[in-house]
Amino acid sequence: MLAADRSNRFDRLLEEAQTLTPADTREQIVTAIFQTSAALCRECVTHRHNVKRDRTEQIDRIVTSKRWGFPIMLALLAAVLYMTIAGANVFSDSLARLFGTVETYLTMAFQAIHAPDWLHGLIVLGLYRGTAAVVSVMLPPMAIFFPLFALLENYGYLPRVAFNMDRLFKKTGAHGKQSLTMAMGFGCNAAAIMSTRIIESPRERMLAILTNNFVPCNGRWPTLILLSSLFMAAGYTGGWNTLVTAAVVVAMVLFGIIVTLAVSWILSKTALRGIPTHYTLELPPYRRPKIMETIIRATLDKSLYVLKRAVTVAAPAAILTWVLGNVHVGDTTVLAYLADGLDPFAKVLGLDGYILLAFILGLPANEIVFPILLMGYLSAGALTEVDGLSSLKQILLDHGWTWLTALNMMLFSLLHYPCGTTLVNIYKETKSVKWTFVAFALPTAIAIMVTFATAQLARWLGLV
Amino acid sequence: MAERNDCPLSRMKQGDRFRIANIAIPDPVLRRRLLDLGFVPGGEIEVGQKSPLGDPTAYRVRGTTIALRKEESNYIYGERINND
Amino acid sequence: MTRTNYTIALMGNPNTGKSTLFNVLTGLRQHTGNWPGKTVIRAEGEFAHRGATYRIVDLPGTYSLYSNSADEEVARDFLLFERPDLTIVVVDATALERNLNLALQVLEITGRVIVAVNLMDEAKKKGILINSKKLENKLGVPVVPISARNKEGIDKLMNTVDAMVRGRIKTNPLSIQYSPEIEQAISKLMPNIRETVGDAYPARWIALRLLDGDTSLLAALKQPPQRDTKEEGAYACCGSVESI
Repeated sequence: MLAADRSNRFDRLLEEAQTLTPADTREQIVTAIFQTSAALCRECVTHRHNVKRDRTEQIDRIVTSKRWGFPIMLALLAAVLYMTIAGANVFSDSLARLFGTVETYLTMAFQAIHAPDWLHGLIVLGLYRGTAAVVSVMLPPMAIFFPLFALLENYGYLPRVAFNMDRLFKKTGAHGKQSLTMAMGFGCNAAAIMSTRIIESPRERMLAILTNNFVPCNGRWPTLILLSSLFMAAGYTGGWNTLVTAAVVVAMVLFGIIVTLAVSWILSKTALRGIPTHYTLELPPYRRPKIMETIIRATLDKSLYVLKRAVTVAAPAAILTWVLGNVHVGDTTVLAYLADGLDPFAKVLGLDGYILLAFILGLPANEIVFPILLMGYLSAGALTEVDGLSSLKQILLDHGWTWLTALNMMLFSLLHYPCGTTLVNIYKETKSVKWTFVAFALPTAIAIMVTFATAQLARWLGLV
Repeated sequence: MAERNDCPLSRMKQGDRFRIANIAIPDPVLRRRLLDLGFVPGGEIEVGQKSPLGDPTAYRVRGTTIALRKEESNYIYGERINND
Repeated sequence: MTRTNYTIALMGNPNTGKSTLFNVLTGLRQHTGNWPGKTVIRAEGEFAHRGATYRIVDLPGTYSLYSNSADEEVARDFLLFERPDLTIVVVDATALERNLNLALQVLEITGRVIVAVNLMDEAKKKGILINSKKLENKLGVPVVPISARNKEGIDKLMNTVDAMVRGRIKTNPLSIQYSPEIEQAISKLMPNIRETVGDAYPARWIALRLLDGDTSLLAALKQPPQRDTKEEGAYACCGSVESI
């Protein structure tokens, strides 16, 4: 049978079917199926009532209540971050010490075989040290954050977040499910871009894609945590330090959400005009997750995956940074030369040339921004070894850091362009160079404006 | 049929039971989706809690909980069931 | 020679523990792939049982097969055009009525179905008792109660899969009776449909879809999608958007 002939036959069939169709066919069909299904249940299912009041209903009565809905969301976010920060501190320090010890042995081995200095520099000081920095900064928060988040996800809490936040998103013209894609963004923006597929309307999906970056991903948590604990919570010690650090990071997340809502609202009034589409949201029953399994799966699937990506990107970037920091043009290194060039502009934003350069070199992955920055600082000055947080802070202070530098680096990290992988995914999903460019330029412009504003304001008020 | 008593689902209060008479949602895709979820004429619904910001509202339908916005529940007509 | 390679489709409403079952069956032998031209991520995996190997495809969680969304079209097209040897419909024991809605629709397309009633443990806690033997008799296909997260009933499920693919179980799927008006229209359309599509597709179901004016199905039938070329997913960390 020829394709065209077959096609015609189908069309005629449909025409015939339409003449036979009563007006409410769909209702009749679905009603018949549901009646069958209800009849089956009447025969095969027995309810022993009031065995136990529905636990889900009881929990929802609190978790989605007017009084407690928002405080509980905030408290859970704070608790997850607090545990991540508190746990990561312990881990990070011991990992850094371990890597430091291994480095000493590596250096000894290189000396034993009389390897040339440049080789030792490239392999140990560049490749090894850079990668080690990424692992010791990245792995601990990931290994704690991902499993905690997976537990909340598997328990069934995320749909409640969408339920609570729905009205805000509707008001800004965005899709109610955007809060779910944002939740994915906490883990990895690149993955969250794929998850926007749950939003079927192209307009709202684009909104979700363009704003997803304002949710700090796993590559940026460590930077936010590190800087807020070193500079924002500096006056506090012990448990208070962790608490203040968590509070500052929570504030950053809230600011990111506010920017998301504001940008969604502006876009849906301008470039992406339209009204939000209707949708239905199921609130599934809470189910206690298999705790060990969830933790193992989250660690295997997510932590190791993200870590692998971080390391494969970090290794070449570390080598590149080392080379740039050791190849001389005249009497300065290429790295210093580039940083000096960026410095005037960066200063206006309350940053410095090295920070901006680290963000630029860190385009492939946010995880490597901070390690690159350290390598940049270290290659410019004396090559001290970083062991522990206090020496880290000293390096930053030596390069003229103030609380404003830290705040603006955090803000820039929160708001700036998405990482390379995310941009690639945005292109794959939108198939549009134009929108991919918007996804790059829009957050960058916002990051520049916000850091400019805070820097000017702080200076004008004489705070720094 | 008690057509004259029909009122929209959005007018119901928490804890009310409701029997659907008619789903008059203009968007065909959404109408189909609601049918698939069990919002069918003759079906019963129990009204659950409102979101902290007043909308959407959760509804119990056929053993599941589905949240609908006012834009949808305004178009679902039926009557309140008074017994028990 | 008997076959030793089979394809199983895994279907179900969202939040029925379908992916948990998928993980239990396949362990780490799974990967995500993209459906060509569609916007849905799907997962595939393998497992072996009694000398046969099974490719199992975790279809997106859907409420129906009525082409309201890309997910539903993917699930429908897989059943129609890839014709899996077996379809496991995972239903939630705590909300059986809504879940059977999908199972009944699948039975209209194919009789090679096993209904896995998941979350039996949850149902028990809520005081819901399900007579699965009776349900099996009514539905006309095997019904296996399981608790995927506690790994209960998995052996029985695998044995039922084995018995099904080897033809040791004959099924007689329940057929839904519609209003006389619709039934009449169906019988009018059936001969023409059979003539057009042959026995390759379920004629009664297609008649119903035509009556409903399902143009998306019509488009798919006119131009059946190409067999998928496997595309390895680069994003193992995508996580379960489905839990949403």
